[in-house]
Formats: sequence, C-alpha cells, structure tokens
Amino acid sequence: MSACSPIAGGSGASRAPVDSGGSPLRWVRAHMQWTLTPLLPLVMLAAWSLACHQFGAPAYILPSPEAVLDALRDGLARAPMDQGGLWFHAGITIYESLCGLVLGAVVGTLLGFALASFPALDRVAYPVLVAFQALPKVALAPLLIIWFGLGYNGKIYITAIITFFPLLVSAMAGTHSVESDRIDLARSCNARPMQILRKIIIPSAMPYLFAGLNVASSLAVLGAIVGEFVGARAGLGMLLIQYNQAMQTAPVFAVLIVLGLIGFLFNYAVKVAEQHYCFWAQRRRHTLRAGS
Amino acid sequence: MLSLSTQAIQAEAVSPVVLAACGLGMTYRTGKFGDVVALTGVNFDIRHGELVSLVGPSGCGKSTLLRLMSGLITSSEGSLLLGGEQVRGPGPKVAVVFQAPILLPWRTILQNVLLPVEFREWPLQDYRERAFELLDTVGLADFANSYPHELSGGMQQRAGIVRALIQDPQILLMDEPFGALDAMTRERMNLDVLRIWEKSRKTIVFVTHSITESIFLSNRVFVMTSRPGKIADIIDVDLPFPRSLDLINTPVFGDYVGRVRACLQVSGDLS
Repeated sequence: MSACSPIAGGSGASRAPVDSGGSPLRWVRAHMQWTLTPLLPLVMLAAWSLACHQFGAPAYILPSPEAVLDALRDGLARAPMDQGGLWFHAGITIYESLCGLVLGAVVGTLLGFALASFPALDRVAYPVLVAFQALPKVALAPLLIIWFGLGYNGKIYITAIITFFPLLVSAMAGTHSVESDRIDLARSCNARPMQILRKIIIPSAMPYLFAGLNVASSLAVLGAIVGEFVGARAGLGMLLIQYNQAMQTAPVFAVLIVLGLIGFLFNYAVKVAEQHYCFWAQRRRHTLRAGS
Repeated sequence: MLSLSTQAIQAEAVSPVVLAACGLGMTYRTGKFGDVVALTGVNFDIRHGELVSLVGPSGCGKSTLLRLMSGLITSSEGSLLLGGEQVRGPGPKVAVVFQAPILLPWRTILQNVLLPVEFREWPLQDYRERAFELLDTVGLADFANSYPHELSGGMQQRAGIVRALIQDPQILLMDEPFGALDAMTRERMNLDVLRIWEKSRKTIVFVTHSITESIFLSNRVFVMTSRPGKIADIIDVDLPFPRSLDLINTPVFGDYVGRVRACLQVSGDLS
C-alpha cells in the first residue's frame, strides 16, 4: 500500500489540496503501523486490567498484569544457571529447538533437492513421505521420550521431524521452479550437474527455502515444548506443566511471554538472514509491486 | 558495389566451412499425439566469418535449428558437422545469446559475465580483465558491479552478449535476442552486433522474425517456412560493410526485403 503511494500521488495531483489539508484522522490512517498497531496491545492490556481489578476475575484464572510482570521480573532476575529462573529453562528450550531445526532443515533440504533431481527417487519415496506427513507428528512425542529418555535428544528429534517437512517441500518446489532457460544457459557452457546444482538451482531456490525456514522456525519451538510436556527435567515446557499443576497462573503467563519472545527472535533471525541471502528476490518483489 | 561483392565471394571461397548440415531434421516423439516434425531436410554450409540470419514465422523451426547448432538438443535425422565433427553436445566452440538475457539476479553483471568461465573451470583471474574490456566495448564498463535489475532491457541483453563473447567462441548463435526490446533500442543493438562482428570476425548465426533485421544483419539470409519447418531459400545479401541504418531506406535494401517476403508468401506463411 505504502509502496504504491508515490505513484498514486503522482497521478492524483488534482487531489493534492485535499491531501495537504492534513486532518489528524487522515494522518493516523496514513501511518497506521505507528499509531494503531501499538494501540492494539494497549487496549488489550487495559481490558485485561479491567477484568482483574473491576470485575474481580480470580488470580488462578486470570492473574493481574502486575502479578505477571512480577513473576517475569522474578524469573529473569535469577542467575543464568539457576534452575528456579527463566534463563536456565529458556536456554535449554532454545538449545533443543535450534539443534532440532538445524537437523530437520538440513536433512529436509538435502532430501528435497535429491527427490527433485532424481524423478525415479521422487516416484518411489514421495508417497511414503506424504503418508508420514499426514501423521500428526506431535503424537510421536511420547514414543520418542521412551526411546531417547528425558534428556535433550528426544526433544531434538521431535523438533527435527516437525521441521523437516516444510524444508523438504520448499526445496522441491524451489528446484521445480527454476526457469529452464537458466539450465539451458548452464548446459550451453558445459556445466556439470553438480555445478548446475550449486550455481543455478540452489541460489534460485533460496526464496523458497527461506519461506520453508520461516514456517519451520515457528514449528521448532513448538516441537521442543511438546517434547518437554511429555517428559523432561528442564525447559520452558516442563516449567509450564509444573506451574500449571500448582495452579500458579502468573508464572505460566510469564513463561508464555518468554516463549512468544523466543518465537519472535527466531522469526526475526530468519528474516535478517533472508534479507542477506535473498536481497535480489526482495528487490524484485518491490519493483514488481511498484510497477503494478 | 561490384568490387565489394566480388570481395565477399572471394572471402567465402577462401574461408573454411565451420558448420555444415546435410539432411538435418528434428522430429519430436510426443507419444500421445504422434510425432511432430519440427525441422526436415535442412542443408547448408556456413563458412568462417559469415553473418547468417535465419528468418521465418514462428513455428518454422528456426529456434530448433539454433538449438541443434548449440548442441543443447541432438538431431533425429541427418548430420550437423562443426569443424568437420558431428555435433554431439554443447562445446566451447559455440556460444549462445538467448531470447531473454537470463542474468542471474544474485550475481553482479561482472559475475554474470564470468559465469561461463566458472562453469568451464578456466582461470578466473585471466578472464576478469577481458570481461572489463568486453563490457567497455558495449558501454557497460560502469555497470560491472551493478545487479541485473538495475539495468534496462537493452543493457541486460548487451551483458548477455558479453557473457557469450567471453568464451571466445568460433560461432556466436543469437536466438531472437532483441525480440523483447523497443524499436529504437533494437536498431542500436543491431549496429552493436555489426560492430562486434567487424571487430572479431566471428561467425554469427542470428535468428529473427524481422525481415529487415535479417537482411541488415547478414551476408546470407536463410528463409525458413513452417509445416514442416525447412529452409525454403538462401538469399545472398550483397550489401557493403560497414552498414549504417540509412541503408534500410535504400531501394536496393527494399529489393531484398521484397525477395525475402516473396519467398515467405510463396510458401503461404505470409498471406
């Protein structure tokens, strides 16, 4: 919307006097992401506070914002290795999610490129993989805890299984989307198959891989948490279960906030990496939007 | 005029044949819909340093013929000899300028131009200077470190030409390279092609569907017709080099246009 405005402004020169009239409402509408977006959580916070203090919602159902803030502050004030604090458990959950994400993403990407490169392999293996994908993988968590115990490994494998598919699918889609012209160009220069893969197919598929990684990065935290729900000695998931069973709702909210922040950080890291490695795709998208 | 045409004939007589087709044909076996004959009974000799155009309506097999010459596809009938040897696949003697520039958006212009050098695993350092020289000859020296999207369509296609020339091929194949450009850019690009040809004396095979372009850019025009694709006639163009755009308005040029058009009309492709 905002990307189009310079063009719209150029063609709508006759409307200029009205625009420069600048009523406050118009200004708010023009800068919605700076005005209305921050307002939304504030309104929700006010409603939350109102529900607690005016309508007397019990603390075990809905703790007051102040209680949640206290629990958060208390959890974050502890030393990093203090098992009663949030840092320790957040670190473990992040570790499990990251290891699982890397494992799942690497295996998924490699298998995706392999399936897309060898049609015979695709025909043989893909139906099996689709059947496996149809299975709700969260349901595998109890089994993996039995196999790998209460340590990190089980959670890493669950996360890997969950994050594997988005990357497999996007690597395949990315490979199939490579313009045949680019392959012809490489072939006319006597490029070997591995050169074509490295210099043409993988870079061409990058935007697809990042779309897959974006999905997978959100799923990664989910995988670790589910694993910790089923059985763990540490981690935010285990913490959630413990606080929940003790009906300590304020710390539950604090953990949820930390989880939200971790998810946001993961997403942000993927976005930054995408801007670095796929700068060309984004520019093209911008010019497309400006051109349309 | 007379002296120049005899000169041309002499040059032809001296230069060796670089590309020869005999009974060349291409039939695509589509299975369900039966066979599609894209090209049949093609015979020609192209001599070193010639400037040949393939002109014809779409579907006449001119792109198929060019792909056969490039080695990207192999013929189903007849023979195609490159320097006396049957073409069995792409090789360093032939470079292609494609319809679209096909520049990789994540590479700078310089990196795009050097891509064939990377694929062929030639020493990059030796070719960097050459790349700058070639970019300079087409007026892209200042854009070596730009990304493709920062260039206009004409500039992108010039980079595509440089990418072909960096391989120093014997034969330069150009597959309707200026089809997507506006008329004025196209004329300038045509002059560029002539300039490159005069400088390098490479054999150039130029595919186009513009009759004017085909005559302006060649000493021989292969007129192709469709259903099935074949070469209907080969017209010698005895017009002097160097050529300028004014040539297009001369009566002699008009005569050649008439001859090519007549040839296309006889076969019913231009009625």
